[in-house]
Formats: sequence, structure tokens, C-alpha cells
Amino acid sequence: MPELPIGEAVEKFTQFLQDHLGGAFDVFAAVLMKLVGAVYTVLVAPHPLLLIAVFAALAWLAGRRVPLVVFTVLAFLLVASMRLWVQTMQTLAVVLVAAVIAVAIGVPLGVWAARSSRVSMVIRPVLDFMQTLPVFVYLIPAVFLFGIGVVPGVVATTAFAVPPAVRLTQLGIRQVDAEVVEAAVAFGSRPWQVLREVQLPLALPSIMAGINQVIMMALSMVVIAGMVGAQGLGSVVVQSVTQLDIGKGFEGGLAVVILAIYLDRLTSAAGARDLTRGRARRRAARSDAPARHDRVRESVTTA
Amino acid sequence: MTGESPREGTVIEAKGLTKVYGMPRDKAVSALRQADERRRDAIREAGGFLAVDDVGFSVSAGEIFVIMGLSGSGKSTVLRMLNRLVEPTSGSLRIDGADLAALPQDELRRLRNRKINMVFQHFALLPHRTVRENAAYGLKVRQTPVKERMERADWALRRVGLEQWADSYPHELSGGMKQRVGLARALATDAEILLMDEPFSALDPLIRRDMQELLLQLQSEDRRTIVFVTHDLNEAMRIGDRIMVMRDGRVVQCATANEIVSAPADDYVTEFVADVDRSRVLTAGNVLRPPLVTARCGESPAEVLNRLENVEMNGIFVLDEAGRILGVATDEALAGALRDGGATIESCLAGDYHAVSPDTPIVEFCDMAGRHTVPIAVVDADRRLLGVAPRAAILAALAAPKKVRHA
Repeated sequence: MPELPIGEAVEKFTQFLQDHLGGAFDVFAAVLMKLVGAVYTVLVAPHPLLLIAVFAALAWLAGRRVPLVVFTVLAFLLVASMRLWVQTMQTLAVVLVAAVIAVAIGVPLGVWAARSSRVSMVIRPVLDFMQTLPVFVYLIPAVFLFGIGVVPGVVATTAFAVPPAVRLTQLGIRQVDAEVVEAAVAFGSRPWQVLREVQLPLALPSIMAGINQVIMMALSMVVIAGMVGAQGLGSVVVQSVTQLDIGKGFEGGLAVVILAIYLDRLTSAAGARDLTRGRARRRAARSDAPARHDRVRESVTTA
Repeated sequence: MTGESPREGTVIEAKGLTKVYGMPRDKAVSALRQADERRRDAIREAGGFLAVDDVGFSVSAGEIFVIMGLSGSGKSTVLRMLNRLVEPTSGSLRIDGADLAALPQDELRRLRNRKINMVFQHFALLPHRTVRENAAYGLKVRQTPVKERMERADWALRRVGLEQWADSYPHELSGGMKQRVGLARALATDAEILLMDEPFSALDPLIRRDMQELLLQLQSEDRRTIVFVTHDLNEAMRIGDRIMVMRDGRVVQCATANEIVSAPADDYVTEFVADVDRSRVLTAGNVLRPPLVTARCGESPAEVLNRLENVEMNGIFVLDEAGRILGVATDEALAGALRDGGATIESCLAGDYHAVSPDTPIVEFCDMAGRHTVPIAVVDADRRLLGVAPRAAILAALAAPKKVRHA
């Protein structure tokens, strides 16, 4: 059996990147650092109670459901009273930045893959690879290229969170009724008009599901990123594991769970909002529908 | 319906349209060079599918041209080649004399937006836009100012009877109403040519009739050129000026509804025709016979009565010099006149007959057959007698010519 030095090759490649593009990576790391820092500053600047109010307001806007609002208030009060507020906000900052970057990369890629089966064919195995590679493996080159701290955490988190955005965007656009797309073309739309006015709006529920998945993936990764020195709930968990501190570990874990549930409900409620709005209107329409139907029939027969 | 088709000028002219799916164009074109009967097999062997094979037709301005066939006959593909939603593999297509294949993309989009619009089988409305916005879609693509666009959309919705629904969303409408929006969307752009891809097939029969009537009514108002695809021959006969019957990608027959029913090109068409309501398609002209006997004014009652007895009939049309019907003389009236002596035939005339024009569908007069002593008279615009429609001829025409049986 011939030995294939794949590991060696990857090592050499990473070394090559560091030697020749080290400057670029430094700049990139600095920008990312600033970005996370800015988000973090915004999150910790107001009093926790004020921010909890904002979270609750967002929850209300997304779903207009009281239980979600109540949960949001109670859960974040719990986080604050566990003295994990700052760490939770650090984690949230990393998740937000990583998710935004992942969506910014993933959605256009998904659109591209939906429009070209060749692109889709190339992208698919890459996505499979990215999703199934053990998450720790991302951390090693990230640390190598960006050093210890929050930046490799964000990079690894982003890399891990991109696939669902690509997949669900592609799926959503492919599922758009072909006849509706055809109609847009038949009325003289340009390809980008078809995309903007027909495909993207109709694929929105699927894309929103993708964004929800991105955030969940990012959150699951961000804890692991604590191992490379990213501040936040990850480092709380990692520290308590090394110190065998059951209580602290549980508190850290609980804060992660609260953040996860909140972000999940928030994004999925926002994704489903269009549907529920439509349903409500349909119900309203049904109540006076018979009369209006008759009117239409009438105007036709008299015409 | 089956009246004279306007022929003011050819709008669409298709020659040798052919579409091969599933293989590269150059390969398909070389496979198509095979002899006529071998090309289908040649394409199949090469892994392709010959969807449309050498289809040619022309459509005149203001005509409703129906393409009819079962699923897989290539009718929808032909329709989509008319606005290049499907690119023909070979063949030429001219719209108002301009070669469609030579149009660059932006010209093609302009043509689709301004000249050729389309109505779809499953309505193809944008679910996230209101009915008004849907109706205005073509104008939005055209970048018409919002206010004008919405006014035009409201106008189009009024024409299809949906003005009260302008602010609703498509999912709140029934199927027939959705297709009215589809129609309004095409009306709003004021395109001269309308491509309709089985527009009423997804609707239930009563609504379908309503929609057919609406289409005919709209058509009587603006005379667009319409290419209409359907698999329903009754629908084709109802609305089509001419009908092109397709099978396996080829044209089987292209003729008026009347010609198709009275002279189907082959067994395939005959079988289709078997299900058609013949009384609505066939007209008095199809059952026209020369009258056995007629009388002229000025003839003596004795002479006429004698002629009637020879053919064993009870009544006779009396015509003037120009051949116009003056009235009917029954044998009783003639005999009475003879008894009184010296009376002219004019004194025996009565109005007991029914006259129709040659293009009147049989359904409109078959109940009158046999009511009078004379058969139904078929007359021209000047009421000159062209011939008669005897009851036996009407019954023979309504009976299907022959039943094609398949094991």
C-alpha cells in the first residue's frame, strides 16, 4: 500500500499561506477583530435590563406571540443573575458576526448553484466535506493562520456555518414554481429581475430556514472555539471542564441553551411570519367571500 | 365561431419548426438530415427526443388559432417557440415579417414585453403580490410609472370583472378568478399577440365555459391574434377560427372546426371528433340539399299540385324571379284554390316555414325540423333559397360517421 502524505501536504499548504500571505491574514484578522469588538461594545454598552427589553421587543416583532416574549425576559434575566451576562454577549457578538459573514457567502453561492447544475455539482462534495469534517479540525489551521483568540473562533465558526445557507438557498430557489419563473421571462424580465422579484421572494421561507440553521451551527461551534482562547461562554465551559467545576459548567451550558433557543425561535418565527400573515388574511377573506364571489359571477353574466 | 376567419395579413409564420430535446444542437441537426421517416428513430438512437417535427403554419391578424393535441403531442413546445421560451432546433419563425431567431436578447425581451404575452395553465401568478400588482407585472418590467401602471392594471381587472379584488392576494381567489388575473396581466400590456397554454384546463367545466365566453367577448372587442393550446376538442371548436391538430410532434390536420368534423384527415382525428358535439360545429351549409321541387310565382295551382303529388310532398316553396322565397304553398291550400277555381298561386301563400343562413349551427334549428310541411330553408343574405335541410340529412350529419374501435 503506497503511503499518501496528505497530512503533510495540508501542513505545507498552510505553511505556504502563512509565509506568503501572512500580511493579508493579519489585516483580515484585524478587521474581523474590530468587527466583533464593535458588535460586542454595542451589546454591553446599555444596562442588561435595557437590552433584555430590546430582545423582548424583537421577539414580539418576529412572531407576535406572548409566550416567546415571556420566555425571552425570564431566560435573559436568569443569564444576568448567573453573572454570565458579559460572556453571553461576547458569544452573541461572535455568533452574529460569523452568521452574517456565512449568510453573505452562502446565499449568493446558493443562488449560483441553483442556476447552474455544474456549479451545484462542484459545490456539493465541498459542502459535504465542510459539514462532516470534525469541528475541531477547523480550529487547527485557523489558529495557525490567525493566532490565538477570537478571530480563529469566528473564522472556524463561519466555515462551519456556511453549508446550510448554501444548501437551503439552492433548494429554495429550485423549488420555486417553474411556471411562475417562466411567466416572468415571458413578460420580458431580465434574469436578475426574475431572481429579485420572483425567485428570491418565493424562496424566502427556505432561505430563512437556512439562516436559522446557520445561526444554530455557529452557536454550536462557538463553544468549541472557546478552546482556542475566544472569550465568552465557550471559555467558561472549557475552564470548568479543566477544573472539573460542575456548577460553573452547568451554568455556562444553560446560558448557551438559552441563547440557542432564543435565536432559533426568533429566526424561525420571522421565517414563518409571511405564512401566518397570509393565513390570517385568508380567514378574514373567507367570511365575506361568498358574497363577493356572487358579485363576480353576476358581472360576468351581465357583461 | 366558425364564421369567416379574418385574413388581413399574416402575423405569425412558422416553417419547419423542429425541436429535439436531450442532445446538443449540432448533433441533433445532423441527425435530422435523415430521410423523413427515419429521423425519429435516428434521434432516439442518439439519446434525444423529437418533440416537434417539421411543423409549419401561419396565423392571421385577429384570428384565434388553436393548437390541439394530447399530452406529449408537442403543442406546448410549439407555443413556447413562438416567444422563444424554447429555442427551436431548426426551422424559421417570423413575427410580423421579422425573423425571431435573429433577434438579440434585449430585442427579444422587448418583443415579449410589448408584443407577445402569455397566459399559463396554472395561472403562474406571483403569490406575494396583490392581484393589482400581478396584473401590472408586464408594465412594471417595462418601467411604466407606478401611478399609470396601477391605473392600467385596474382597467384590465375591470375588463375581466375582478375590480373588487384588486387588493387581494392570489391565494384568496378561486381558480377561475386566478386565471382572470392571468388574462388581465396580458390585457394590461396591450400586446397584439396572446399565447395561451391550456389556460382553462385546470378549471371545472362551468367556470371553463364562463372563461371561454369571456375570452370570446374580449376578442370581439379588441381582435387580438391568439394562439390557444388545448387538449379539449370541444373547447377548440368553440373558440377557434382554425384548429391545428397535432400528434407525436407532427401536424395531422389544420383546418376550420367545420372541416375537421365533416372531413377528418385520418382515423386519429376521426376518433377525436367522435366526442365532439357535432350539432354545434356542423352548420346548415353541411346538410344543404337542392330542393326536390319549387314553384314560381305565376304558376297555376293545378300545375304545382301535380308536381307535389309526383314527389309525395305536402308543401312547396314559392319563389320570385330572383329566387327569393315568397312563401309556402301547402297541398291543402292548393287544392282549396283549385276547388274555388281560377285563383293564382299567390293566394295560397303562407309563412309556415323556417329559414336559416348556411353558417347557422345545427343546434340552433334542429328543433324546427319537421314542424312544417316543408323542410328547413337555407337562404343567403338576400333570402334567396340556396337549398333545404331535410330532417333525414340533419340526423345523418349528427350521427358520427364511423366508430373507430381499438382492442
